[in-house]
Amino acid sequence: MAPPEAAVAAPHPDADGAAPPTVLEAVGVGKRFAGVVALDDVSLTLRRGEIHALVGENGAGKSTLIKVLTGVHRPDTGELRLGGQPVSFARPHEAQQAGVSTIYQEVNLVPMMSVARNIFLGREPKNRLRLIDFPRMHREAAELLAGFGVTADVRRPLNTLGVGTQQMVALARAVSVRARVVVMDEPTSALEPREVETLFRVIEELHSRDIAILYVSHRMDELYRICDRVTVLRDGRLVHTGPLAELDRMQLVSMMLGREVAEVRRHGVTGFGAEHDAAREPVLTAENLSRRHLLDEVSLELRPGEVLGLGGLLGSGRTETAKALVGALPLDSGTVSVAGRPLRRPSPAAAIRAGVSLLSEDRKAEGIVPGLSVRENIVLAAMPRLSRAGVVSRKQQDRIVEVFMKRLRIKAAGPEQKVEELSGGNQQKVLLARWLCLEPKVLLLDEPTRGIDVGAKAEVQALIDELAQEGLAVLLISSDVEELVEGADRLVVLRGGAVAGELAGDLVSEPELLDMLAAHTPEPAAETPHTAPHTDKEQE
Amino acid sequence: MKSLTTPRPLSAALRSTTASPSPATGQERITSLLQRHGALAVLVAVVLVSSLVFPSFGTLDNAQNIAVQASFIAVVALGMTLVIITGGIDLSVGSVFALGGVLAAWASQYGLWAALLLPLAVCGAIGTLNGLLIARAGMAPFIVTLATLLGARGLLLALTHEGATTYLVPRGSAFAELGQGTVGGFGYPVLIALVLFAAGGVALQRTSFGQSLFAVGGSSDAATLMGLPVARTRILVYLLSGLLAGFAGALNAARLSSGVTILGVGMELDAIAAVVIGGTLLTGGAGSVSGTLWGVLLLAVIQNLINQIGSLNSSYQSVVSGGFLIVVVVAQRYLARARRT
Amino acid sequence: MTQLSPALGRSAVRLAAPAWFQKYGVYTAVLVLLAFNAAFTEHFLTVANLRTQLVQVAPVVIVALGMALVIGTEGVDLSVGSTMALATALLPLYLGYGLIPALLVALVAGVVVGAVNGTLVAVVGLQPIVATLALFVGGRGLALVMADGQLKQIVNPDLLALGSGEVLGVPVVVLTAGVLALAVAGLVHRTTFGRQLVAVGGNRAAAGLAGLPVKRVLIGVYVLCGVLAALAGVLATARLTASDPSALGNLMELSAITAVVVGGTPLTGGSVRVLGTVTGALLMQLLRATLVKHDLPDSTAQIAQAAIILVAVYVARERRSR
Repeated sequence: MAPPEAAVAAPHPDADGAAPPTVLEAVGVGKRFAGVVALDDVSLTLRRGEIHALVGENGAGKSTLIKVLTGVHRPDTGELRLGGQPVSFARPHEAQQAGVSTIYQEVNLVPMMSVARNIFLGREPKNRLRLIDFPRMHREAAELLAGFGVTADVRRPLNTLGVGTQQMVALARAVSVRARVVVMDEPTSALEPREVETLFRVIEELHSRDIAILYVSHRMDELYRICDRVTVLRDGRLVHTGPLAELDRMQLVSMMLGREVAEVRRHGVTGFGAEHDAAREPVLTAENLSRRHLLDEVSLELRPGEVLGLGGLLGSGRTETAKALVGALPLDSGTVSVAGRPLRRPSPAAAIRAGVSLLSEDRKAEGIVPGLSVRENIVLAAMPRLSRAGVVSRKQQDRIVEVFMKRLRIKAAGPEQKVEELSGGNQQKVLLARWLCLEPKVLLLDEPTRGIDVGAKAEVQALIDELAQEGLAVLLISSDVEELVEGADRLVVLRGGAVAGELAGDLVSEPELLDMLAAHTPEPAAETPHTAPHTDKEQE
Repeated sequence: MKSLTTPRPLSAALRSTTASPSPATGQERITSLLQRHGALAVLVAVVLVSSLVFPSFGTLDNAQNIAVQASFIAVVALGMTLVIITGGIDLSVGSVFALGGVLAAWASQYGLWAALLLPLAVCGAIGTLNGLLIARAGMAPFIVTLATLLGARGLLLALTHEGATTYLVPRGSAFAELGQGTVGGFGYPVLIALVLFAAGGVALQRTSFGQSLFAVGGSSDAATLMGLPVARTRILVYLLSGLLAGFAGALNAARLSSGVTILGVGMELDAIAAVVIGGTLLTGGAGSVSGTLWGVLLLAVIQNLINQIGSLNSSYQSVVSGGFLIVVVVAQRYLARARRT
Repeated sequence: MTQLSPALGRSAVRLAAPAWFQKYGVYTAVLVLLAFNAAFTEHFLTVANLRTQLVQVAPVVIVALGMALVIGTEGVDLSVGSTMALATALLPLYLGYGLIPALLVALVAGVVVGAVNGTLVAVVGLQPIVATLALFVGGRGLALVMADGQLKQIVNPDLLALGSGEVLGVPVVVLTAGVLALAVAGLVHRTTFGRQLVAVGGNRAAAGLAGLPVKRVLIGVYVLCGVLAALAGVLATARLTASDPSALGNLMELSAITAVVVGGTPLTGGSVRVLGTVTGALLMQLLRATLVKHDLPDSTAQIAQAAIILVAVYVARERRSR
C-alpha cells in the first residue's frame, strides 16, 4: 500500500469527454414506507474513481437512497446496476460481497471489541489449526491502517479511541473487503478538524485506487473541496445531478432548500403575519453555552413578544442549543438565566418551573408517550398542577384538554383516543398543547412543522404568531428557510456549534440567510471556493 | 438519566487522537485489569487468608472437595457465560440441569452412551427451542427461558411420576465411574469441567464463532450490517447452553448415583451471579470464561469457608454471594463510566 | 377516525385479532375454564371450592400487583420471593410486642428491599434483572440467618386470625387482596404517581423532558413492590400458621411475572393492567386446580403454564412489532 500523498488532486474535470465507466447505478428507484413516498423515480450514477456528493435537507431521501444502494432496503420500483448488470441485494452482506461498502454517520462497529477484531470480524485470518491467527491479524490491521496514515494500537478496544480513529477503522474495514464503491454517510459529522484532514487523506488514497465514493455531507466546504460531481435530492425526488464546479454555493443551497434565488422575494406562503413588538428586557438569556464538540460559546437573548429564529444547516448545533436551554444537555460551561435569575442545577423540571418549555425535534422518541391517550399526553407535564393531594382531577383535566383541543383544532376521535393513532400534525398539536397548558414564558420550538401536512403546518405557524402577540417569547428552529424568514423577527445563525451571525430587521431575508448558511467556516486553512486543491502540511 | 439526553456519537471521549496512539494510561489499565481479573484477585486473597486462619482449609483434601462441588455449576455457568456475552440470559438451565440428571439416570440402565446421549438430545432440543423463539420470533430471552424453566421442570416431574420415582444409576457401571472416579485425587467431573472451560476459552477467543458472540452482544445492529449471521449465532448459543446444562446434570447424576429431582432450583441465578462476579457484562459484548471459572470458585470457597466456621449458619453463604454481586455490578458500572469519561 | 391513513387502517384490521386476544384473552380463558368445570368437574363450582381457590391465590395476587407496577416501568423484580421470606423471618422476632409492631417491621423490610432495588435501577442505572438478582440471592439467606434456619410455629392469635379469619363470610386474606387490587387500580388510574409511572414506562426520555421526577417514580415503584411482597409474606405466614423462611415465597417471582404477563401487561412497559393481572393469577390457579381435579399431575400443569406464557408473550409481540 502506498503512503498517502501529501497533495490532494484536483477534482476530475470529467463532465464531458471520456467519462470513466459507470460502476454502480440506481435507475428510476422508488421506495415507499407505509404509503409515504420516500424516493420517487430517483437515478444516480457512480463512475469509477469519482467522488460524488449526495446532498439534500432532512427528509430529502438521502438515507433511503443509501440504504437501497447498500442492501438494507429493497427498491419498490426501478433497479440497481453494478457494472452494467442488474443486481438485487437482499442483505447488507450481499452488497458488501459485491464490493459496495458503507461507513455510517455513527460508527457502526462493535465498540467493546479491539480495532483489529473489528476490521476482520467475520473473516479473521486462521492458522493451520483453523484458529484465529492473532499475530497475523494484528499485523495486517496495523498495515492496513498505516496505509491510511493512521498509527493506532490495533489491540485496543475501539471505544478507547477517538471518533476520528474509529471512523478510520470503519473505512479500513470497508475498503479491505475489496470495495469498488464506498458510501460515506456524513462521515465527518462527529470529527474534529484535524481528524477530518486525516479522513480526507484517506479519501484521496481511495480516489487514487479508482474506488468510487458516494459522499453525503451538509458541509459545503467539504463538498467543494473533495467532490467531483453532485446529486441533489429534495422531497424524495432528484433535483439536479452534474459537475459540482458548475454550481456555486448559493445555487447549491437554494436547490437543496427548493428556493430559486431570484424568486426569493415571493411572499406569503406561510401562515405567518406581521412582525411583533418585542419588549426590551430579555426574558431568557444564554451566555457562553459550551459543550465539547457540540456547542462553542453560544450566547443569545430572547425577549417577550418576539419570535427568534435559530438557523443553521443540519448538525450546526440548533437542537443542542435548545436542549441546553432547558437543561436537557449537560454543559461544560455557560449559564441560562430566566428573567434575570440564573438556573442553578439545570434540568427540564427546573426549566419548566421557571417557565421555559421545549417542544423537541424528535416527536416519537422524546415527545409522545404512545400508549397514553390524547388527554394524558396533553396534561403530562401539568399533572401535578391539576391534582389535589396526588389524586388527579379529571374535571380540571377535561376542562383544559377541551380548551386546547378546540384552540389548536386537534382532530381526534376524542380526548381518550390513543395518541399513537393520530396523524403527525395532530400529534404535534398535542405536544404543543402539553406545553401551552403550562402557560410558559418562553417556548422553544424545535422543527415544529416537520413531517406534518400542509394544513396543520399553516395552523401551527399561525399559532406561533398568535403566541408571540400574546407576549410569549418564542425560539423557532427550522430547516425550512421560508418558515424561518417569515416567522422570525430576528435570526441567529449557527455554524459548527457556534454563532455565525445574527440578522435583524430588513436583513431577515432569504438571500441574507442563504448567504450566511453557505458561508465558509472560518478556519485557518480556509480556501477559496471551487478550488479544491490544497496542501496539507500536517505530517504527524 | 443523564445518558438519555446526551447525544450518542460523541459519548466516547476523543482522548486519543487520530494519529497519535496514546498508550493506555495507568488508571485506565488498572480499571481494565480490575474489571477483567477482579474476581481472581479476590479469590487469591480469600484463599491465602483462609489457609492461614483455618488449618483445615488449606489441605489437599479440602481443595479436592471444593473442586468437585464447584465443577457442576461451573459447566452450567460456562454456557451461561456464552449466552450473556451475546446480551441474552438463560433462566432455564436449573431445570434443564435437573432434567438432564433424571434422563441420564434413567438411561444409564442401557449403558454409558445412552446415559450421555439422551440428556444431551433432550436438553439440546430445549436449548434450540429457546434459541428459535428468541432469534426468530423475536421474543425476550428473559420470558422465553422463564417459560422453558417451567416446562422443563414439568417434563422432569412427568418422567419421575411427580417426583415419586428416583432412577438409580447401576452400581459400578461405566457411567457411575464417570461421576465418581478420580485421577490424582481429583474427580473426573473436575477434569471434564476444566477441559470444557479450556475448549470454551479457545472457542470464544480464537474462533470466528466466538468473535461473533462478542459482536452480537456488543452491537447486534452493527453485527447485522457487518454481515454476521446474527440469528444463527443466537440459536447456537442457547443450544450450547442447553447442552452444557444437561451434560452437567448427567455428570451430577453419575456422581450421586441417582437422578435427584429436586436439584437445580435457583441454580440459574447462582450461575448468573458467578458469571457476573467473573466480570462478564450482563449487557453483553464483554466477558471471559476464565472470569466465570474464578467466579464459580469464589462462590464455592465462600460456601466451604462458611462450613468451616462451624458456628455460622450456612445461610450466610447466600448473604455473602448477594453482597458480592451488588459490589461487583455497582463497581462494574462505575468502572465502565470512569473509562468513558 | 378519518385521519387514519389507509395503510394504518389496514394494519389495524390485520392486527385486530391478536390485539383483541391480548386484551380479552385472559378473561375469556377464565370463563372457558369455569364453564368447562361447571360441565365436567364435580364439586367445582361450589362455594367451598371457590373459596379455597381464592384463599390460595390471594398472596400471588398481592405480589403480582406490585410486579405489574414494576413491569409497567419496563422493569422486573426478582426479589419478591426473598422479600416474603424476610417478612416471615422477622414476624416471630417481633410478635412479642404485638401484631401491629411485628407487621410494621415486616413491611419496613419490604420498604428497605424496594429502596435498594429502586436505587440500583434509578440512580446507579443497573438493569432491573441484575439489580434485583442480588437481593434475590442475598435476601433469603438473610432471612434464614435471622430465623436461624428454623421453622417456627406461630401462636399469636391476632396473626392467626389474619390467616383464618373472615369478615362477612369472606376470608380476610381474600378481602385484603381484593382491597389492594382496588387500591392499586386507583393508584394507577387516578393518581399523579400512577400516571407518571405509566408515562415513565411508556417513554422515559419524553417523561424526563416533560419534567417528570423519573428517579423518584422508579424508586417509589420498587418500594411499593417490596411492601406488597412483604405483606403477602405476612399473610402467607398467617395462613400456614408457621414461619418458614426457607420455603415461603419460593418461585413466587415466577408466578407473579406469569400472572402479569398472562394478564396482558406488556413487558415493554407503558401500561399496567390491574384487573388483567388479578385475572392472570386466577387463570393459573384455576388451571392448576382443574388439572388436579381431573387427576392430571402437577407436571402437566407446569407444562401447560409454560405454554400459556409463551402464547401470551407471542401475542403481545405481534401487537408491538410494527
